[in-house]
Amino acid sequence: MQVTYYPGCSLEGTAIDYAASIGAVAGLLDLTLTELEDWNCCGATAAHSVSHQLSLALPARNLALAENAGRDVVVPCALCFNRLKAADKALKGPAGEQLGIAYQGDLKIWDLLDYLTQEPLLAALAQKVVRPLTGLRAVSYYGCLVARPPAVTDKPDCENPRNMERLLTVLGAEPLDWSFKTDCCGAGLALPRPDLIDTLVERLYERALQAGAECFVVSCQMCQANLDLPQERISKKFGKDYYLPVLYFTELMGLALGHPDVKKWLRGHLTDPRPLLERKGLI
Amino acid sequence: MNMVDDSMRPLEPSTALQERLATALPVSVAACFQCKKCSSGCPLTFAMDLLPDQVIRLALLGLEEQLLGSRTIWVCSSCETCTTRCPNGIDIAGTMDWLKEEALRRGYASQPGVARFHQTFLETVRLGGGRLSEPLLLGLYQLKSGETLKKITSGAIIAELRLGWQLARRGRLVPKLPRRLKGAGEIKEMFAKAKERG
Repeated sequence: MQVTYYPGCSLEGTAIDYAASIGAVAGLLDLTLTELEDWNCCGATAAHSVSHQLSLALPARNLALAENAGRDVVVPCALCFNRLKAADKALKGPAGEQLGIAYQGDLKIWDLLDYLTQEPLLAALAQKVVRPLTGLRAVSYYGCLVARPPAVTDKPDCENPRNMERLLTVLGAEPLDWSFKTDCCGAGLALPRPDLIDTLVERLYERALQAGAECFVVSCQMCQANLDLPQERISKKFGKDYYLPVLYFTELMGLALGHPDVKKWLRGHLTDPRPLLERKGLI
Repeated sequence: MNMVDDSMRPLEPSTALQERLATALPVSVAACFQCKKCSSGCPLTFAMDLLPDQVIRLALLGLEEQLLGSRTIWVCSSCETCTTRCPNGIDIAGTMDWLKEEALRRGYASQPGVARFHQTFLETVRLGGGRLSEPLLLGLYQLKSGETLKKITSGAIIAELRLGWQLARRGRLVPKLPRRLKGAGEIKEMFAKAKERG
């Protein structure tokens, strides 16, 4: 299998651990990720907040490049996925002509989790599990933008996605049900209004603990950073002692498939998942 | 004698705003039947001065000043829950975005920090030639925030620097020279066009 891969800016920076685990897992699944040549930033929340023009023009260039490359595009970042999808829809309307970008609109854009949890891939994955994640109690946290709004993302199950739970079950972990899997963590406001993050994320910690979780599993690096980095600060502020590692689903795939680099990825986290995984006898 | 004080001045609705919004967004704010589903599901109401349903109502009435000067449009995190759940298909988060852009154009700044963050983000992409350098964004945002001195005196800067160091140590915050993209010219032009229109 071969797809075009659009990593997005943060996978070259703060989320290099996510990028590394994605590359490793793709290798184990015989999936060739061919990075989109010369890709640019999607504009993220900033563009759609303050420049409608750039919020279309920036992703549109990527779409035109990807269409030329001729394969489905797979996107690991929720925000990039959302912006590429939004531009894909908009370019098929009057905005397309106005931007003057040559784009036919025949491109299939996937978010990475959806791509990797297609039924045949899950079945193949089940055969490759060498270290089942037995006893690992986790809540799936999808965040906002891979799911919403469905008119952009084409996901009818946006209020209650289940594919991460299906994946975790295949990996042998224990996915827990909770009502906050697509609630917003506010990542876009993390720098200008960290006080708001504290309120939003503390609520997620509490709900995850109520569900009996020992960790979060995420498919978005903004969610990962926003739940992982301020854990100490939020603990102090609320007089609690939170310890909830925030793992990428690809890290857990790598762990269950026995990839040798897992510990290297885990070192990138601020809330160190290694004590939890050691306690569970998984590393 | 005029007995009508300011608080009793009759409302003067105007359709100008809803007409402008209708040219930008697929469904008119006039479709709102005030079910308040948007506000019920919004995770950020605790930080808002207007609830999302009130934003739509004020847009319908054309009360631009209250909207453009509101905190709500900036603390909205664009999570799209409201847009997803509106039974009448109003793009509420899209309305917030439209209002943000209009607020900047007209010099309103109820949350200057948030606006500055978005602008600095785009400026960083432009300076980097098409991709975002996170260390550069953090540096520029810090410089432009005008709060560095306050952070130094309050000690907040220590926590921030510590976090930066923790990330850098893990290889997650490493300044690199921007990669020169083949499409650098195209991207430069995009930013120039957007500025023209802005």
